Order: sequence, then structure tokens, then C-alpha cells
Amino acid sequence: MFLINCPFCGERDQSEFSSGGEAHIVRPKQPTELSDDEWAEYLFMRKNIKGIQFERWNHTHGCRKWFNVVRDTSNDKILSVYKMGEKPPVNYK
Amino acid sequence: MPYYRIHKTEYIDETKRVSFKYDGKTYFGYEGDTLASALLANGVHLVGRSFKYHRPRGIVSCGAEEPNAICQIGSKKDLTEPNVRATELELYEGLEASSQNCWPNVKFDIGGINNFISPLIPAGFYYKTFMWPKSFWKKVYEPLIRLSAGLGKSPTEPDPDIYDHKHVHYDVLVIGGGISGIISAKMAAKNNLKTLLVDDKKILGGSTIYQNNESIKIDDKLSSEWLKNEIQEIKKLSNLTIKTRTSIAAYHGYNFLLAKENLTDHLPEEKKKNKIRQRLWKIRAKKVVIATGSIERPLVFNNNDRPGILLSNSINKYLDYYGVTCGENIILFTNNDSAYETSISLHKKGIKNLIVDLRKSASSELIKEAQSLGIKIYFNHVVTNTFGYRKINSLEIMKLSEDGNTTVGNIIKLSCDCLGMSGGWTPMVHMHTQSGGKLNFRDDDQVFLPKENSEDQISVGSCNGDFDLENIIDKTVNKINKFLDIDNQDYQDTNIICSKENDKRNIWLLPNKVPLGKTKCFIDFQNDSTAKDIKLALKEGFRSIEHVKRYTTTGMATDQGKLSNMHALGIIADTAGVKMGTLGTTTFRPPFTPLTFGTLVGRNVGKFFEVVRKTSMHEWHVENKAEFENVGQWKRPWYYAKNGENMHDAVQRESKAARDSAGILDASTLGKIDIQGTDASEFLNRVYTNAWSKLAIGKCRYGLMLNEDGMVYDDGVTTRISENHYLMTTTTGGAANVLSKLEDYLQTEWPELDVYLTSVTDHYSTASICGPNSKKILNKLFPNLDLSDENFPHMSFKEDNLENINCRIMRISFTGELSYEINIESKYGHSLWKMCIEAGKEFNLTPYGTETMHLLRAEKGFIIVGQDTDGTMTPSDLQMDWIVSKKKYDFIGKRSLYRSDTIREDRKQLVGLLTDDPKEILEEGAQIVSDIKSKPIDMLGHVTSSYFSPNLNKSIALAVVRSGKTMKGQKLIIPMENKNINVTVSDPIFLDKENKRINA
Repeated sequence: MFLINCPFCGERDQSEFSSGGEAHIVRPKQPTELSDDEWAEYLFMRKNIKGIQFERWNHTHGCRKWFNVVRDTSNDKILSVYKMGEKPPVNYK
Repeated sequence: MPYYRIHKTEYIDETKRVSFKYDGKTYFGYEGDTLASALLANGVHLVGRSFKYHRPRGIVSCGAEEPNAICQIGSKKDLTEPNVRATELELYEGLEASSQNCWPNVKFDIGGINNFISPLIPAGFYYKTFMWPKSFWKKVYEPLIRLSAGLGKSPTEPDPDIYDHKHVHYDVLVIGGGISGIISAKMAAKNNLKTLLVDDKKILGGSTIYQNNESIKIDDKLSSEWLKNEIQEIKKLSNLTIKTRTSIAAYHGYNFLLAKENLTDHLPEEKKKNKIRQRLWKIRAKKVVIATGSIERPLVFNNNDRPGILLSNSINKYLDYYGVTCGENIILFTNNDSAYETSISLHKKGIKNLIVDLRKSASSELIKEAQSLGIKIYFNHVVTNTFGYRKINSLEIMKLSEDGNTTVGNIIKLSCDCLGMSGGWTPMVHMHTQSGGKLNFRDDDQVFLPKENSEDQISVGSCNGDFDLENIIDKTVNKINKFLDIDNQDYQDTNIICSKENDKRNIWLLPNKVPLGKTKCFIDFQNDSTAKDIKLALKEGFRSIEHVKRYTTTGMATDQGKLSNMHALGIIADTAGVKMGTLGTTTFRPPFTPLTFGTLVGRNVGKFFEVVRKTSMHEWHVENKAEFENVGQWKRPWYYAKNGENMHDAVQRESKAARDSAGILDASTLGKIDIQGTDASEFLNRVYTNAWSKLAIGKCRYGLMLNEDGMVYDDGVTTRISENHYLMTTTTGGAANVLSKLEDYLQTEWPELDVYLTSVTDHYSTASICGPNSKKILNKLFPNLDLSDENFPHMSFKEDNLENINCRIMRISFTGELSYEINIESKYGHSLWKMCIEAGKEFNLTPYGTETMHLLRAEKGFIIVGQDTDGTMTPSDLQMDWIVSKKKYDFIGKRSLYRSDTIREDRKQLVGLLTDDPKEILEEGAQIVSDIKSKPIDMLGHVTSSYFSPNLNKSIALAVVRSGKTMKGQKLIIPMENKNINVTVSDPIFLDKENKRINA
């Protein structure tokens, strides 16, 4: 059970949050210009890596804000938390 | 019967005699006893039959690792509890316990015949035998296996006990109240850290608390005396919480732990009443100190499972803690020094004993003390067999060869009434591994140890592989200072004297003159797996420890292999000729000891099991005989059973009334989202498939919402209340998810939009009145409101007052009838409803429930998202291409609508079905085919909605069928268990395709 440091509310129990999958997948601005394959890349393809992963989380039972989390999926350690729109921390790339 | 309580101890209160029943017979013990110690005091060793061979089994240990002494407590249908360890159960007046897995009784058990046919039932017997003939499985094998499976009996009635949950936060949690745990807790608490110390026993002190060996001293005192002082001191520390009778069940990530506190299990029945039985502690700790100690290992030799054979250290605890001797002529069989402590204790109390030691020699202080006391020691010897059916009465020993692989010389027969075995110690690394920690193997004494300690958790004491007292104290103090980043000097000058073990010899499977196939060397006592079984599994090709475990069931009983796993690993390593450390271990999973379901659910039982949402009108529905349907958390009226009607009759009546005159539905549960902001129109344009910019103020529009994959996600009517203000409705079940999805897009994809979303589902109550007379009823309620089609046409919105209370009225329809929805602040919902009913009396205004609503909308071919769709339906699949804007550049899911897969012609598409026999009602979910002769039958789709329509006087159904759009008029077949139903594909709109009624 994680402790997640919501950038708006502080450290809270995982049960207050819901996970939103991989972060930094931007919805294409002009979907109609895309081929089936390019659209499928946006729609379906997710990395699901063992190791350092960038994820979206929502403080569902709290401030309801979405934010980003850097988590090492091999040991569940949360390495960093940052707001939507902020640049991902470079040291984890 | 001889009484085996031979001396007084401070832990047994001899002034408080306690009577209890075991297997129907009354015995006496004292307050402070466990069931096991009280039974042993009465000379009772035989407490159960083994699972497979039904061999007589006795108490083996004094703690959580006990494999044999598990019993059924009580006999009441609601309170009886199986698989309780007698070694942990504190004795109380009136306790009733019985042995398990034996019939007719533990002394004479029919199942014991399995012992004699054991050569016929080797490891994997079930897998090998019950394979053939195939037809035997269901009728013969399965019922037979079920009969013999399981140990105790579950309660058959609801548990009347009260359970509790508690959330706590601490700076430091210390698991285990032995000497290292106590030192750790003291150091933490004295350094101003909020500390919690938990221990599963009644009192703190672990195994040191009853230590009375003169050669083990701290500051010139017996270690037990020194520790008692420490305990007195920590009890004074204000920021230390001590919880006894509390065991950690699970250690999850981020130092989140679950602990079970036993509050009443040690109390007599009349004192248990109205008290909380067990409490589940949900602990968050910044740092965790694991001081869980270690468990003594048995030894694996022929017939090592007879009653009267115990772990050596348990004999010591029963003697020095409970004042009970396990025998009068005891033999201790060991490969290490700890059995010598037991021997010396026994000797001091005048109990005759001797030692059989695997080691060629040994020279520590303890051994010298035993020798000086004249205790007979057989070095370099091994026990090869034991005798005695219901209790051990003698054994044979032989000399070991130089390499320890065989026995040599003559058999020496020794008589005894109890055998203590000590195969060394296994550190309890369960907590460490549950927390995600890895293990190292120490070849010296063949133990798995915590590999690295993190910033958040550390292992100290014997669970960290530190066995002698000096090591334990010194290392604990150093490690805790470092771990907590403190500089505690309390133990700087502590003077520790203890014996140091110098000699080690470990043999996992002890040699015997008799071939292994003719022996019974038990590894897992509870599941009856033997060394032979392990070897057989290896011979049959199993290599992974996880596979051998499952094939032989070693370590899979209620004790989870606390005594057996190491031996299984050792024998596998020896047989396969690999290093034990390379094999790894099986996974240690929570809970450490079994938890009751009651503890897990806590107070969330009965009406607190789930959150229930009720509308403001709920009480009226109850008074008017509504049957309720759960829709998400909502209770919605399903139908109103008038004059004892059944559901079918009620629905037929309600449906007819709604079309003939008027019906009223409580629509309060529909999700309502208030949307405001200068970009609200643009936002709706992006989330719905149709266009919203041109929707006039005061008008309503139906919208279909997709996922990015193009599949229908939700639908509902949205009303434009003012320039920048909309009210969106969603499906009842989808409300929360829709809001989340919209918030997601606003926050992450379109943060530039000026839009604010507020859930107002609970803020408004909604009464929906439909039917040809609905306008007249509305006119009575709102006499000043112009209801003419010119002023208030279909799909429009007005506000008016009802007795000075503002109402939002929408003329919208989900039934195909002329229909109005009146929204009012929730606190007035009940009054609104009653006023509607009153006003509608003269028009036979009939309340109807969700079932009638479903029927009415199906007549009209309106879909229900989640019933007629399942996350694989596009708007086109639903024949709703009309709602997808061709002009809009983008909306959620648009690009997916022309992916190669979504434009396939042969997708499943929504159609209507009419049965050839108009009275035949199809089953929802039934499969649809066109040809029942070909095999396998080609499945074309399934029925999604089906009703008997009283207004059309025939059965109607909606279905999804492959290429359904092109099949109108075609005959299809619905094969049922006992017949085939012929149907014809039709348009999904069965009634009033021209929308005359809506505009009536």
C-alpha cells in the first residue's frame, strides 16, 4: 500500500488515489491527419516497464487533481511527484 | 493419571484453577496456561491425527509453528472455530476443545488404516490415481476426496462477535517483544520517537524471560531477571505503546502493516459478551524493527512424529515457564548447544534425561556444565527409530560414520517417555521477505538471513541470525543506533556472560541402516509429507522448490511449513547436489498466522457492508410496496407490487398505464453534472459526438459520449441553462466515471479551457411524468406555466415555482411518450413527489419502476448503455449514425470511428428481434445462430434486452447480431436448453417510429 505525496495535499494513503496509467502520452492535436497505425500507437501502445516508469495518478478521494509520479515498478518506490504540465525530472530518464 | 506439573512458576497462578473440556473429558489447569501446557500437565500428548495417514500426533512446540495440536474450539454453530493452535490458545474457564481429523475418536481412528496402506499412497497419489477412468471423477472420486478433505469444521451460522479496525501512525514499530525487541523499543522511545511494540504472547520477554541458566548472565543477574527490569522500565516510557496478544499478519510496501490484536479469546464466555473480540490494526510506521526471533528445527529421522516427541526448547519452556514436564525419562536429540540448556533445566528439576548429539564432540561452557552434572551424552550418535503407538516409549540410536552419511556399529536401545529434538534454529525472516527484502544463505549454520536492511526496516536479534546473548545485545544496540541515527549509551557498560557455541554439524536427512523407502521420516507433520516423498518428486523430474512444494504439499498446511520448509530445501539441495543457498526459498506470503474473516471485515458487516444511496422519495416507495433494484449503490424502485401482484403483472400494468394515461418515475439517481465557464460549449463539442455550439439557451439535447477507442461510453440529455451554463445528465451507474473522465480531459489535455464541473446528482431530486395526460398534470402543478408546444416544445427547458420553490422542468422523454422531468432541490423531493401523485390521481398517474422504464424505452428502441452496449459498440453498430457529427473536426473517439476494425461491415450491430410465437419471451443473454446443424455452431450474437410489450401485445427484444443491419426480415434461431426459438430480425424501433406520441 503506497504512500503517495499528492503535490496539492501532501502524503496520503494509496486508497485515496486511482492510477491512470502511463504519463506523457499526449492526445494528438490533429487525429484526422493520422494513419491507423499512428492512431493505434497513441490509443493502445503502453510501455509497462520493469523499472522506472512515469505514471499518472488522480487524488480521487481527495482534491481530485491529476498529477504525475515517477515510480520504480521493480520495488514500488515512488521517486518523484510533479504536477500536470510540469516537465518530468530529467535524472530518471 | 500422574500429574506433570512439578513446580511453581510466576507465570502460572495456582490460586486460580480453571476447568476445561478436551474431547469431552474435563481437566484442570491454571490461569496462565495455554491449552497445550494444561494438556501436558495432565499427561495428554496425543492431540490429533495426521492429515493423510491418520497417525497419532502429539504437541510438538509451544508457539505459532505448531503443526499437530490444532483443535476445534466450541461446538456452537455460530461460534465454533477450527484449526486453533492449542499452543497459542490461553486457557479459560469453560473452554471446550476437541481434536480434529479423526473418527470416531483420537485414540481409535478408522482412518488410521491409511498408515498401513501408505506404500500405496505416495506423493502425487491424487494426481496419479484419480485420472482414470475419466467418468469416475464426478461421481466417485470427487465426493470421496471431499469427504476426507479439510481439517476442522467451519461455523455454519453468522458470526455474532464484534470486530474492529484501527488506523495508527508511528515513528517506529518494533515487531517482537523478546530481548532484542525490548532493547530496540526502549532505545527508540527514549529518543523521543513515537514507538509501538507488539508481541503475540500474553507477556513480553520472548524466550529470555524464563531463562534461568547460571552460565548466562547480564550484569551479574540471571538474564531473565535483568530483562524483567528492562520491561519495568519501558512500561514507564510515555511515548511507547505496548500491545501484547498482538501478532503482525502482513507487512506490505511503504511500511504498511496489519496486526491482529486478540482482546477476548482468553476470557471465559460470560466475560466475552458485548466486547470486541479482535481488532485489526492498520499500522503506518516510518521505521520498522523486526525482532521476530527464530524457531527451533526438528530433526528428520524414522518415526520422528510420535506423540511425546517435541522440540527441545519447547520442553524447556513447558518446564521453566509453565512448570510442566513433558516426561519423566527424557532423551534430547540435538546437533547444537541449545538442547543442553533444556537438559540442565530438566536435571535441576530432578528429571532424568540424557543427550544424543550428532556432533563428534563439543566444548562450550554449556556442555561442560552438563558434563559436570553427570548428564550422559552420546556424541556422534543418531536416532534411527522410535517406538510406541500413542506415545513414544523407547528409541534406537546408532553411531554415525566419519562422513555422517551412514550408521555404523550396533543398535543401542534406550527407553524414554519423551524425546526432545533440536536441529538448530531457523530465523523468522517472514516479515523481512514480505516487505520485499531478499535473503542470503549462511553456510555455517545453514540459515537464510535478511540480505540488506533498508532505511525503512531492519532485522535484529535471532531473526537476523544472531544467536548468543552477547551477540544479540551488542549487535542490536549498534544497529538500532545507526538505523535511528541516535547515540544511545544505555548499554555501553552492560556486562554479558554467555556460553558460545563452537561446534556445528547439520545433516538434513539423518542416515539409517534401513533403506529410505521403508522409513517414515516426516518433514511436514501436518500434511504428512516425508523425506521419501521429496526424493520421489525429484526422481520424477521436479526441480524447482515451488514445484516440489506443490507436488508433495510440503509446507502447504495451516502452519505454512514453519517447521518443514528448511528441511525440504536441504534434502532437495543434498539430493540434487547443489548448494542450498542457490535454491532460494518458497515465497513467504501473508498472513503469518491465519486470520479470521471477522477481523478482516471489521465493522463492515450487515447493513454496513456497503454504502447505500437512497433518493428523497425513498420512504414513499417503501410505503407503496416497491421492490428495489440495486443500481450501483443506489436503491431504485424496480416495480410496485400492487395487491400482491408478481413482477410480470406489475410491469404490464405500469407500462400500460404510462402509455394510456400517465406514469411517474423517480429519476433522481441519474447522474447530474453542472458545467459552467466561457468554454462550456466548446467542451461539450469535444466530449459528445454531436454538435453543441448552436444549442439555444433553454433547449435540451441528447448526447452520446465515446471512449477514444470509438466505443459508446455513456449517454444522456444536456440542457443549456444560460450562455455559459449547462446541466449534463449521465446514466445512473456511469455518473462517477463520467465526471472523472471529463475532469481528466480538462486537467490534462485541455487545461486551456475555462470550464468548471460540479457533481450535483445528490443536490436535485427528479420526478419524471410521462404519458398522454402528463401535460394536464403539469398544468395542475404549474398553472402559470405555458405548456403549449409553441412555448414549451419537446427538448426544451423552463423554470417555475412550486409553492415558492424553484423547479427546473425539462420536456424530454425516455419512454417515447409526452414527458416532463421536474427537478427540485433534494430536500423538497419527497414533497414534490407527493404533490405529483396527488395532482395525478384523477388521471390514474401510476408510479413505475426501472423494469417498466426499460420496457417502455425498448418499445421505442432506445438503448441503455451497459445493457445493449458492452464497450465494443460504436454509434454505427447501434444504428445511431445520425448522432455523429460529420462537420466537427474532432471529438473524443472520432478518429477511431474509421479504423479498419470499426468500419468492418460484419461487426455486431443492434437489431430488433420478433419471436414467431408472439407470446414467447426470449432470455436476455441467449445466443443467436442461423444454422444449428453445423458444428461448431456459428454464434452470430446475443439478446441484450427482452420484454413482453403490453402496448404491442407481443414479445419484443433487442439484440446484437453480426452484420445485423443488413439482416432485416431474416429468420434466425435461438437455441435453448430444451427447444429452439425461431425469430425474425426487425427494426429496433417497435413503436411510434414517427415520434407522434412525444409531440402529442
